[in-house]
Amino acid sequence: MGAPTALRRWRGGDGEGAELLGLVSLIGAGALLAAIGARWIDGPVAVAGLVLVLAAIAAVVVAAIGGSPQTRRRLAPFGLLKPGMLWLALFYLAPVITLLRVSLSELPNRFAIEADFSWAFDNYTRAFSDFGPQFGRAFLYAGTATLLTIAIGYPLAYVIAFRGGRAKPLLLGLVVVPFFTSYLIRAIAWRSLLADTGQIVQIIDALRLGWLFEGVGIMDNGRILNTPAAVIGGLTYNFLPFMVLPIYVSLEKIDVRLVDAARDLYSGALGAFRKVVLPLSLPGVFAGTLLTFIPASGDFVNALYLGSPNTTMIGNSIQDQFLVQNDLPVASAMSFVLMAIITVFVLVYSRFFGTEDLA
Amino acid sequence: MSAPTSRAGAVGRWALNLFAAAAMVYLFVPIVWIVMFSFNDAAGRFNLVWQRFTLDNWSDPFSNQGLTDAFWNSLRIAAFSTTVATVLGSMIALALARHRFRGSGSLNLLLVLPITTPEVVLGSSLAALFLDWDITRGFTTVVIAHVMFQVSFVALTVRARVRGFDWTLEQAAADLGATPWRTFWKVTFPLIVPGIMAAALLSFALSIDDFIVTLFNRGTLNTFPIFIDGSFKVRFPAQINVLASVVLVTSVTLMAVGAWAGARRRATAR
Repeated sequence: MGAPTALRRWRGGDGEGAELLGLVSLIGAGALLAAIGARWIDGPVAVAGLVLVLAAIAAVVVAAIGGSPQTRRRLAPFGLLKPGMLWLALFYLAPVITLLRVSLSELPNRFAIEADFSWAFDNYTRAFSDFGPQFGRAFLYAGTATLLTIAIGYPLAYVIAFRGGRAKPLLLGLVVVPFFTSYLIRAIAWRSLLADTGQIVQIIDALRLGWLFEGVGIMDNGRILNTPAAVIGGLTYNFLPFMVLPIYVSLEKIDVRLVDAARDLYSGALGAFRKVVLPLSLPGVFAGTLLTFIPASGDFVNALYLGSPNTTMIGNSIQDQFLVQNDLPVASAMSFVLMAIITVFVLVYSRFFGTEDLA
Repeated sequence: MSAPTSRAGAVGRWALNLFAAAAMVYLFVPIVWIVMFSFNDAAGRFNLVWQRFTLDNWSDPFSNQGLTDAFWNSLRIAAFSTTVATVLGSMIALALARHRFRGSGSLNLLLVLPITTPEVVLGSSLAALFLDWDITRGFTTVVIAHVMFQVSFVALTVRARVRGFDWTLEQAAADLGATPWRTFWKVTFPLIVPGIMAAALLSFALSIDDFIVTLFNRGTLNTFPIFIDGSFKVRFPAQINVLASVVLVTSVTLMAVGAWAGARRRATAR
């Protein structure tokens, strides 16, 4: 649609053009703000850009005040979206662009913090060669923890949804109670409980079950703390509610009569579960997987408190390189690779399963 | 559901219930530890080994100045960021739930991205931005960072809550001669306010508990989680457990009151 047509339509009052104006002004202002924030455009051009952003906002306001009620109705969503979306453009998109630029920059000398852009791809080579094991462990631990949260969370959600009765809201509330204590203190609590002199190791020793736990790889020479199992256990614990809630939501939506129908048609209990309940609850499992796997793969708190130097994950390396070693380019390269992998994962995943259930 | 017909079915039922109960216990093990150790008469600098019961820590929760300051900072940050994020996020949610328009798909994507980006990436990229701008990191940058992830959270939560509302009520109000402004405050706002309150409460909790994003953007500012992390290497006072228990009890109470009010409203509506 050409601009003059759009203008005529807008004047004509059917609101088509108003919608176009709102959308163009929103996306334009967001893109400009992200570019200015990331300092892609600088100096007088940036000032001109800011004026353009303001003009885009003003244009919508003028159109809304001067236009017909129809126009106002069409413009309303863009007015509502603008403040929040511009915030995200400036403080989400611009930082990611900056991160990409820093990851391709070089430190002029060892003590510098500000890096110069120079297409320095060897930051990426170093990220992989020096921190390959950390990447591997991050995805291995996060993947294992995700499977464990499904194994523990699905039955829990199932029992609450189908057998909770009147206690459903209470049980669901109990699942989120751990959220309301500090995440770090929960990790510290596990550290104290799993310590060599802690209650859990004592109980295992008293029951003489050490061989069993050694056998399944949870214990290592009589210790639990500082093993991969402790880190995975911490991640599993921390993200369990993120798995239970979406599974519960999708189970709750299932019409119980469908299960009864399956039973009436001579399906066994397991058959009814496999053919009816499980397929209908999969969206919840998929949403829970995203909500668990993504934060777990970037987490460094559990590895810090429950692991050893041999169990560090990529989050530990990013934090160390960024805040302790002050090597921003390599830290940024690692961050960017982590984000790229996760984004590809999310895009592929949401193509198949949708993102509607994420909220 | 139909009753189990066989003995194997009954055993399976019991096993499943038992497993769920064990999972619930698992969720509460560290919580019990936290509350229990707030009553511990700790020996030495680390409150990690049980000695004996005492009420001293509770009678003097603010004896540790650094901890008190950090806790106060966390509350102020959460209050600021939650207010801003709730307004911005609810506006986005209304726009997306209420209106159909072109381009809403890509806007949805921008909204989901901050939630699907690992926190360590959010934190490090924002810190890179602030370094690039030569801005000293501190209170303001932490608030900005928290608003950033809370906006998406509030928008998605509120949108999920208001989806499927009967928006024709607004038209009814307009037909009866209400101005758009009056329609909003008398019809739309009361409809969406429970969802907004729930989202605000949860995002307040997200802010108070945030460690990773804050760590990158705090400068020299201490928050409750930052203080815990910093002090853990040298000492771990029992007051940490006391304040954590206070946060826990307060949030659970708020949640229970909210649920009770919701149940009452539904009961009176009927």
